[in-house]
Amino acid sequence: MIEIRNLHAAIDGTEILHGIDLTIRTGEVHAIMGPNGSGKSTLAQVLAGREAYDVTEGSVTYQGHDLLGMKPEERAQEGIFLAFQYPIEIPGISNTYFLKAALNAIRKHRGMEELDAMEFLKLVKQKAALMEMDDSLLNRPVNQGFSGGEKKRNEIFQMAMLEPKLAVLDETDSGLDIDALRTVAEGVNRLRNDRNAILLVTHYQRLLNYIVPDVVHVLMDGRIVRSGGKELALELEEKGYDWLREDYHPSEAAH
Amino acid sequence: MSGTTASLRDRQAAWFRSAFEEFERSLNGETGRPFHQRRREAIAAFADSGFPTTHEEEWRFTDLTPLAGIRFALPAPGVGELPEGLGIPSGLPKGIVLINGGFSPAHSRLPQLPPGCRIESLAQVLARTPGDVEDHFSRTAIQGENPFAALGTAFTRDGLFVSIPPNTVVTGPIVILTAAAGQTSPALLHPRLFVSVGDNSQVSLIQIFAGAPGQQSLTNALCDIVIGDGAVVTYDKIQKEPPEMYHIATIRSRQGRSSTFASTSVTLGGALTRNTITAVLDGDGAEATLNGLYLGTGGRLIDNHTAIDHAKPHCNSYELYKGILAGRSRGVFNGKIFVRKDAQKTDAKQTNKNLILSDDAAIDTKPQLEIYANDVKCTHGATIGQLEEESLFYLRTRGINADDARDLLIYAFASDVIDRIPHPGLRAGLQSMIHDALQKER
Repeated sequence: MIEIRNLHAAIDGTEILHGIDLTIRTGEVHAIMGPNGSGKSTLAQVLAGREAYDVTEGSVTYQGHDLLGMKPEERAQEGIFLAFQYPIEIPGISNTYFLKAALNAIRKHRGMEELDAMEFLKLVKQKAALMEMDDSLLNRPVNQGFSGGEKKRNEIFQMAMLEPKLAVLDETDSGLDIDALRTVAEGVNRLRNDRNAILLVTHYQRLLNYIVPDVVHVLMDGRIVRSGGKELALELEEKGYDWLREDYHPSEAAH
Repeated sequence: MSGTTASLRDRQAAWFRSAFEEFERSLNGETGRPFHQRRREAIAAFADSGFPTTHEEEWRFTDLTPLAGIRFALPAPGVGELPEGLGIPSGLPKGIVLINGGFSPAHSRLPQLPPGCRIESLAQVLARTPGDVEDHFSRTAIQGENPFAALGTAFTRDGLFVSIPPNTVVTGPIVILTAAAGQTSPALLHPRLFVSVGDNSQVSLIQIFAGAPGQQSLTNALCDIVIGDGAVVTYDKIQKEPPEMYHIATIRSRQGRSSTFASTSVTLGGALTRNTITAVLDGDGAEATLNGLYLGTGGRLIDNHTAIDHAKPHCNSYELYKGILAGRSRGVFNGKIFVRKDAQKTDAKQTNKNLILSDDAAIDTKPQLEIYANDVKCTHGATIGQLEEESLFYLRTRGINADDARDLLIYAFASDVIDRIPHPGLRAGLQSMIHDALQKER
């Protein structure tokens, strides 16, 4: 699905990612864990095409194409979805209007007919039920006045509507109480299948009790320092991150 | 004041005087009527002041030099072809048509009205029942006199007279298309509205200004609205004249006790637009809402000057003006709120928000509060911002292309003004007008 090779990325002249290598195959769920400031969100944003980040070295191949040469909207149209850590509020645009514009842009790109109002509404109802989304949230402006949990749920609802091939979930678990976490995780699990792939970016192991990953990577100081099975997450939960720090000596840590 | 300004002013005054004399000669027989005395006083007042200059506080940011040199023709009002493709929203009923400032019976479709309601050509009212117009003047005791209002009065020949008797509800909006026909040379047009709404009555007016493209004409519009006790009135003004035209509008309302007036001014067209709006809350418990939306593209200038006069206690006023400025356009917002000594328990809220889309666009915004009562609530705020890169990115990550994402955010910014317009057909029409304007700007 996606192959990341020696990816370096910088913002405002400061390099954050110092050479990431990561391969995700169709049908897999990978988790990236790491302490604050390790570059997890940067990786997620770079994959989605945030222009504020400069990719200074390396390559990303997505379904055989050079991902880094694509605009954010092209990436989305080709099936990449980023669930934001901090979903953006957009006053003045209703959630459904926004989703209809998004869905039809993607369908158009894929050579499918745009959905008419009736078909769209039917799909919304179906997916909203899946995500246990309150109907009132659908007609409110995008994320405006939503609680933290509602915003995260709305991200996964959008994912359900847009049916991405590769979903990158950036700390979708943070700030959720246990009930909201369970609902969001169940939603993700329902969307998980052998034709798509998911990259979970998370700070805590907690989410991985509900969405069980195939591979866990640890990101520290802009590098993947260890990869393993789901048991690696439990080990991190128990021991924290510092024991991994002793395993490697990045030049940046010296100064 | 510099010598050139003074001499320009003198030449201008001389030219307008001679134009007025010519106009007078064309009036045959009307010059004995009381209204003509008003015209004479008005031209004298205008000749004294001339076009305002940027030395005057009220016109500091709006330079009228481009207009001052134009020798305008004064075409006969009400005559001329209605230009094609004015883009009037299809969701609105057909209505009255004013061409070159005059009522055009051939193009107008008078709405079905309850008994006692009058919609008539102003020329006809001035000829047959001039007392009705005089009555209007005496009831309004007009505030907000300015040189252009004076010029408008001096050259008033036609327009529209709308009178709704007490206890009458007019359903559906009265649409007034105010069109500039194609002109061979720059024309000075004076569409004038007198609106009088009786106690406890209700009426909605929509005035749309449009015109044939490619002309440097000046529309000098005047609209006076007298609102009786307990009446509910809306007046929405859409300015979508071609990009070469100049547009100066004076809107004045005076409200009775417990009445409600809501007006939205939308400016999408013209090279230079100035709206001067004066709302007088002249009865206890009256409420006025003045909203506005201005979209500056190319090199246009859009100036909104509002004044809300809280003359009586327990009145509320709400004001929301939003501006979108692209290209090299320039916006001006000046919001004056007077609270007179006796106007206790006044509640006035004013907001001006601007979205600047280019480095070359600019806005001058200024609240101006004059409060003489001591038990009042007055708030005001102004913001100037740009499109959020984060919001654009969010939309793009959902597959919406960059241009569409930008348009969507701009429309979203404008939506709280548009959503308050009570006519779905007009709201839909505005959405597509804004969309078209932004498309051209890309």
